[in-house]
Amino acid sequence: MQIYLPIAEMPVSVLLILGMGAAVGFISGLFGIGGGFLMTPLLIFLGIPPAVAVATQSAQIVASSTTSALGALRRKALDLKLGAILISGGLVGSGLGVWSFAAARRAGQLDLVIVISYVTLFTVVGSLMMRESVREFWVKRKGGTVRARRRGGDHAPYLGWPLRMRFPRSKLYASVLPIIGFSLFVGFAGALLGIGGGFIMVPALLYIFRVPTAVVVGTSQFQIVCTTLVTLVLHAVANQAVDIVLATLLIVGGVFGAQFGARAGRNLRAELFRFLLAILLLAVGLRFALELVIRPNEPFSITTEEVRS
Amino acid sequence: MRALATLVVVVLLGLVPNPADAESLVTSLSASRVLIGSNYTGTSIALFGAIERDSQTVSRATPYDVVVTVRGPRQYIVVREKEPLGPLWLNREQQKFPGAPSYLSVLTSRPVAEITSDQLRMRQKVGLQSIIHAVDFTNDRSGADRPFRDALFRLKSREGLYLEEERGVAFLTPTIFRASIPLPATAPPGAYDVEVTLLADTVILSRTVTHFEMVKTGFEQQVGLAARDWAWVYGAMTAIIALFCGWTASVIFRRD
Repeated sequence: MQIYLPIAEMPVSVLLILGMGAAVGFISGLFGIGGGFLMTPLLIFLGIPPAVAVATQSAQIVASSTTSALGALRRKALDLKLGAILISGGLVGSGLGVWSFAAARRAGQLDLVIVISYVTLFTVVGSLMMRESVREFWVKRKGGTVRARRRGGDHAPYLGWPLRMRFPRSKLYASVLPIIGFSLFVGFAGALLGIGGGFIMVPALLYIFRVPTAVVVGTSQFQIVCTTLVTLVLHAVANQAVDIVLATLLIVGGVFGAQFGARAGRNLRAELFRFLLAILLLAVGLRFALELVIRPNEPFSITTEEVRS
Repeated sequence: MRALATLVVVVLLGLVPNPADAESLVTSLSASRVLIGSNYTGTSIALFGAIERDSQTVSRATPYDVVVTVRGPRQYIVVREKEPLGPLWLNREQQKFPGAPSYLSVLTSRPVAEITSDQLRMRQKVGLQSIIHAVDFTNDRSGADRPFRDALFRLKSREGLYLEEERGVAFLTPTIFRASIPLPATAPPGAYDVEVTLLADTVILSRTVTHFEMVKTGFEQQVGLAARDWAWVYGAMTAIIALFCGWTASVIFRRD
């Protein structure tokens, strides 16, 4: 069954889009990430103009993240206070990111900046997580006990900076300065790369701030809902590239996928969860790295800068 | 004496009928407007044409040839080429095509090579290759532009947007022909020009241009207008749909 997309100006198969929404929604719900870095390339592969793909998939992220965040809120696995601080930093970072995006485009090297940032971010974050979870597996296998994630009084020095705040749900008592600084960076990278930044947020909350896994997913989803809402409306106003038909199809597929993903995520053991996320990130990083080093079949590419009627 | 000679030449020129005026073309499209609804998956438009000869013209020994060229809305297209830099493959060179048609099809009654000679073809802009390699299609860089022109053609024809059909025009009688213009679903909405060229023995006898347009209708049109004229409301609507669906799903799935 085919349906014509009014903004993308092309027909697509309804079932295919629903399926893609469900698949990405599942992964999104499972790991507490937006899934934009998976959906955008898929949509572009289908022939949807990149601007429409980037703008429209943010609607799906809003929907599936809303579902996960509300679910987490009911299970008391969402730290609203921590989330609010992450959002405030993230919005400022996004503004800076959008500005840098335009600057890199003027310089004509946007593609390169994006691919290199993807490769670096994904491989660094992915291999850090991979090392950690492999070590955990190894220790368990030998019958030893894994060192507790955090012992009393065992704090990284940056958590002890001034302006300390208590986040009871996250079992965190730390300075807000590194948290805001970090959320600035995530917002910046997110806007620059056209992604929500959940895949940086989740590991960072886990490893840098040592927040419990259950709370990490809910809080990250909450932060994603708020920043992506802003991005969605800005895309609609500035680029008029949001396709409401495509968005609705992706959303319907995505919310169901996200439900099952979130359920599967709750039954996963924490170290397996981190291991799978590490594999996902490494795979994406590797894919972009290959794109950079393998001789392309078709060295030429075309971009349509504007339509003249 | 010289004045007399000039006079004779002028009189003789007046007597010989101008070949370009001898035949004229009458064409008609099956639709002047293609409506795009939610179930649109591409279509085709039929073109009918008749060749009219005025009474003084004698019938020709060689048969007529017809070339139909259809051009979609113009786009600003940039073609980039990846080249190795150390171990990496990066976009290095680029070529701009400021007024390339988004859709371009050439339908002919015979292979273009048989209709007219190579040199004439470039000048007359008959055939897809001569349009793509025309001097004014992109800035000339003394040969360096050629692979980019070829790449544009290759990539566009892969999407079904640039095509040439050697037998796309069929003669029903020696002076009446028809052609079917294929429009893939990805051909964008906008104004399309249909140029019909009549040739015989490598000479262009007549050329006419007609138009049709592709427009979105009903819901598709409303959405397009809303996205452009009511961008804030449209964006907010999409956001509300997303939030509502997310909330509904969380309610549905709460019980079990």
